[in-house]
Amino acid sequence: MDIHEYQAKEILARFGVGIPQGALAYSPEQAAYRAREIGGEGWVVKAQVHAGGRGKAGGIRVCKNDVEILDATNRMFGQRLITHQTGPEGRGIYRVYVEAAVPIAREIYLGFVLDRSSQRIMIVASNEGGMEIEDISATRPDSIIRATVEPAAGLPEFQAREIAFKLGIEAGLTQAMVRTLQGCYRAFRDLDATMVEINPLVVTSDHRILALDAKMTFDTNALFRHPQIAELRDKSQEDPRESLAADRGLNYVGLAGNIGCIVNGAGLAMATMDTIKLAGGEPANFLDIGGGATPERCARAFNLVTSDSNVQAILVNIFAGINRCDWVAEGVVHALRETPVNMPVVVRLAGTNVEEGQKILAQSGLPLIRATTLAEAAERVVQAWKADVAGNQRVFA
Amino acid sequence: MSILLDASTRVMVQGITGRMAQFHTRDMVRYGTNVVAGVVPGKGGETVDGIPVFDTVKEAVAETGAEASLVFVPPPSAADSIMEAADGGIRYCVCITDGIPAQDMIRVKRYMLRYPRERRMVLTGPNCAGTISPGKALLGIMPSHIYLQGNVGIVGRSGTLGYEAAAQLKELGLGVSTSVGIGGDPINGSSFRDILELFADDPETQAVCLIGEIGGPQETEAAAYIRDHFKKPVVAYIAGLTAPKGRTMGHAGAFISAFGESASEKVEILSASGVRVAENPSVIGTTIASVL
Repeated sequence: MDIHEYQAKEILARFGVGIPQGALAYSPEQAAYRAREIGGEGWVVKAQVHAGGRGKAGGIRVCKNDVEILDATNRMFGQRLITHQTGPEGRGIYRVYVEAAVPIAREIYLGFVLDRSSQRIMIVASNEGGMEIEDISATRPDSIIRATVEPAAGLPEFQAREIAFKLGIEAGLTQAMVRTLQGCYRAFRDLDATMVEINPLVVTSDHRILALDAKMTFDTNALFRHPQIAELRDKSQEDPRESLAADRGLNYVGLAGNIGCIVNGAGLAMATMDTIKLAGGEPANFLDIGGGATPERCARAFNLVTSDSNVQAILVNIFAGINRCDWVAEGVVHALRETPVNMPVVVRLAGTNVEEGQKILAQSGLPLIRATTLAEAAERVVQAWKADVAGNQRVFA
Repeated sequence: MSILLDASTRVMVQGITGRMAQFHTRDMVRYGTNVVAGVVPGKGGETVDGIPVFDTVKEAVAETGAEASLVFVPPPSAADSIMEAADGGIRYCVCITDGIPAQDMIRVKRYMLRYPRERRMVLTGPNCAGTISPGKALLGIMPSHIYLQGNVGIVGRSGTLGYEAAAQLKELGLGVSTSVGIGGDPINGSSFRDILELFADDPETQAVCLIGEIGGPQETEAAAYIRDHFKKPVVAYIAGLTAPKGRTMGHAGAFISAFGESASEKVEILSASGVRVAENPSVIGTTIASVL
């Protein structure tokens, strides 16, 4: 789960990480007021969206006075910010963070990730702050410092000092850097983050170490024990199809194609998408109905996929182990009876109770196309989709 | 594969009184697995289908000699159950649970290192379908009727894709020696390499089918091991060729975050290491047949 920059800064500040003075605004007037409260002679106005690359897209503006702040925020509020990370639909700007401009002497990259090779929390740091980590990795790989943290001990001071020395942090600021590193690590550990990224972490000309930007991502599997983090979720930053799915307990990722997929098991779901592509179609979504799916859950999944206006054909691919083919068949039949659809539906069933499932489908009287293997199912759905689309075009011609 | 699981292995089920656990324990017993105990704190003294339930792993081990454990416990306490198994003398543990926080698994792996190698528990999962040695024993939730007993080892992150592979093999009259699910989580008990090392020493296994997906370094690690040490033929299928970068595709571990973690990169690296990569999931069986 992602959170906004201002929320990440609030959290990290509580753990002892230095941040510039800043405040949230919900309107241009409020933004100007915040700047006056903060004081000083320069401010940075930042669109709060769940995406990087805001600067290049006009989502970060340096302002010297009220007029500039009002102008910058007027342009931001209500707009969709499109960055190289958001896709063409962009992200809606509903909050803006006003921050005191700080005199920057140096920019550092600092990240904390779950390293799957060592199965530890890993610290990644570089003096090439301000650049994206992929670019630093590509152009200045020798500048990257990596350190894994021993889970039985936490991040001891000597290890944090080592990183500070490697970064060439000036002697008077070593302790501040240690506090920053330990603060980030503890926030990561205590709140079950999967990523903390401060890019850039700056050394100011007046000898402070401050996080100029902050991103935190949290482990969705751990939200059950962090209700105050779960509270920070912002649906305005999510694909509405995915919010709908998540709220109904369905594992769903929206894509751009027109063949809707309903599958059990993430690996099989990915393989189904791959097979559709191989057969000449484009998947509209990834959807894993999980194990032990009830007819009601299957119906919900079906309705979710058909509610996507991009979808022009549907493939249900089930290999039941802990699931049951008869339950899936019941769910599909129920969904189609309640909300008939005007598009080809292909169902492939295999595994537990496959005969019962096939019987339910056959006896339903619904115009379902049945398949026995994954390859056959993908072939059939793509062919049926092409024929259906072509047929519709002929009707209109 | 007698190293992980065979007909005589004494198995306990942690969380046995749960609805799903009872359903699958029955399936396992029907298959011939030697289930000797259940562990549910606070339910010691009860029985499930005649199987005695204990409050702690240590008691269960002392009373029944249980050596392996199936953890069927919800996410908030699953890591704790795994650690209890490690501490209680269990040699092999399978954790089915989907949804364990990643840092809990970091702590579990660290905890397991507390014990010297000879005493250390082997863990597969979490978030997996389990392990089956067809004709001998089942420690998990897979539909046992799709497996023929034979000489192909299967190791994979995805349960249902594993079923596809087994079913396709059965269609061709080919059987499985052991199928091991390593699960879909980013921090897991055993890697592809760990299981390949076991298959290397197993006289019953003549070839291995490796089922991978996007995210994580373990397919690449396996490729290097196969290239330098593994003598038996390996066929692989990597799911997620069409998965977008930066999105979590179902499994918590199915997330492309770095170089070398996309499906196409993994396919390249595996092919370069001498692995035959099936070009689509429907030809996994025939590709395996071609290398036997």
